[in-house]
Amino acid sequence: MICLGIEGTAHSIGVGIVKEFKKKCKVLTNLIKIYRSEQGGIHPREAANHHAIYLADLIKESLKKAKVEARDIDLVSFSRGPGLGPCLRTAATAARALSLTLNKPIIGVNHCVAHLEIGRGTLDGCNDPVLLYTSGANTQVIAFAEGRYRVFGETLDIGIGNCLDKFGRTVGLDFPAGPKIEQLALNGGNYYNLPYTIKGMDIAFSGLLTAAEQYYKKHKNLEDICYSIQETTFAALTEVTERAMAHTEKNEVLLGGGVAANKRLRNMVATMASERGASFYVPSKDLCIDNGAMIAWLGILMYNSGVHMEIKDSIIDQRFRTDMVDVTWRE
Amino acid sequence: MNKKDLLYQGAEAKICVSKYMDFDVVEKRRIPKSYRIKHIDNRLISYRTKEEAKLMIEARNKGVSVPIIYDIDLKNGIITMEYLKGSRIKDIFNNLNETEKKNLCLKIGRNIARFHNNDIIHGDITTSNMILVDDRVHFIDFGLGEKNGEVETKGVDLHVLMEAIESTHSKYSEYFKYVLEGYKKELKGDANQVIKKIEEIVKRGRYR
Repeated sequence: MICLGIEGTAHSIGVGIVKEFKKKCKVLTNLIKIYRSEQGGIHPREAANHHAIYLADLIKESLKKAKVEARDIDLVSFSRGPGLGPCLRTAATAARALSLTLNKPIIGVNHCVAHLEIGRGTLDGCNDPVLLYTSGANTQVIAFAEGRYRVFGETLDIGIGNCLDKFGRTVGLDFPAGPKIEQLALNGGNYYNLPYTIKGMDIAFSGLLTAAEQYYKKHKNLEDICYSIQETTFAALTEVTERAMAHTEKNEVLLGGGVAANKRLRNMVATMASERGASFYVPSKDLCIDNGAMIAWLGILMYNSGVHMEIKDSIIDQRFRTDMVDVTWRE
Repeated sequence: MNKKDLLYQGAEAKICVSKYMDFDVVEKRRIPKSYRIKHIDNRLISYRTKEEAKLMIEARNKGVSVPIIYDIDLKNGIITMEYLKGSRIKDIFNNLNETEKKNLCLKIGRNIARFHNNDIIHGDITTSNMILVDDRVHFIDFGLGEKNGEVETKGVDLHVLMEAIESTHSKYSEYFKYVLEGYKKELKGDANQVIKKIEEIVKRGRYR
């Protein structure tokens, strides 16, 4: 089965074509185009316009690169949510048009669950992980329990990526600020005290963000502040992940989301895993960030487990929670 | 302190059986984490050890049964406390008869009200964190606790227990109402406000 997936929850528009091969996911192509605002954060309407401009070409290019004829596509999948309304609608509209034109079934999938499934689908040995999903808007610790993907811990205010970007904006770093903060942190080494906020398995970053901005306004060394931000936020993320692993008695940990590209975060989670005797997994970078391949893969899993969707039901859901999905494709 | 037998290991700490002078004790040893820098690790371990010990001592002073603390080592994050030789409520609850279950729940509720009266929040009230010794319910593991007087926090505290009973003793989840009954009897101030808060928390949906 070959599926074309369209991702469009936020600032990225992605088209991926994947094939099922021996129960694993074979990515034929995975193209991503990222909207960057001229100033400030993501403007939902402008991001949606950006997606609309590039989407048709992305689909054509994907088919060409994957060496797949349009008629060979068996299923069209799209990100139903959670995300920004205008962006979601753009991706869903394209998916509907494609489904009707090709006369192939359509399926809408949950974006957060897709981040977890692409790890299971592409990495050998990754079967039942706890996912630490860190991106701009989302920060969740997700694991499978009693028929659903449940959120064991999550941010109580802003996502970790959002925290890094906001700090970056205050100090004049370009979007996305994460990679620049990572670079600056390499030259830092003096630790400034920052709030470390954990409540059970939940986490919060807004207090830390304010405190970090205050250090900057007091002309403290930017490299040291970046170092302190990374050390504090990533340690807290690693701690809640470990708690979820202990609680669910699982021995695999998987990273997902854009912030998973950060080497320091990877290193911390890998250290935690090895001390617990657990396995550590991280997908390739293009499968960590928002992408169409993961949407396509989850589409295949759902479709093959008997989930079918009519065009009239292919509506988006901006607040589509991880635990609303009935996981029909797992025991 | 010679022999150290591991009784239990969680994500954050190890519980070891040991001797202190002539007493049987357990040591709660917070585990250093090499993934975080020393500065943060030391700060967290000593802060959490101190906060937990403070809450336990205060709860005891207010008439709640908690293990006696013998020693606190802030640098290494060790609390040495009384070894309670009883049964975890988790292990015995399902085997009690109806009256025993009801009376135990009333008792649990009264005890929770006693520390809530003093704005002590336990943070993780589950049946694994309560030990029955003779006829007394003892509370252990204040590691997620805090001092907080808000109705919201008290509601969350009780809601954790409600969820624990629903997941671990699902056949007897209706007994939570006796916890609330006991709680009402002992709480100074308006218990109904707290109970209303629990309903609100359930409705928020992110809590299930």
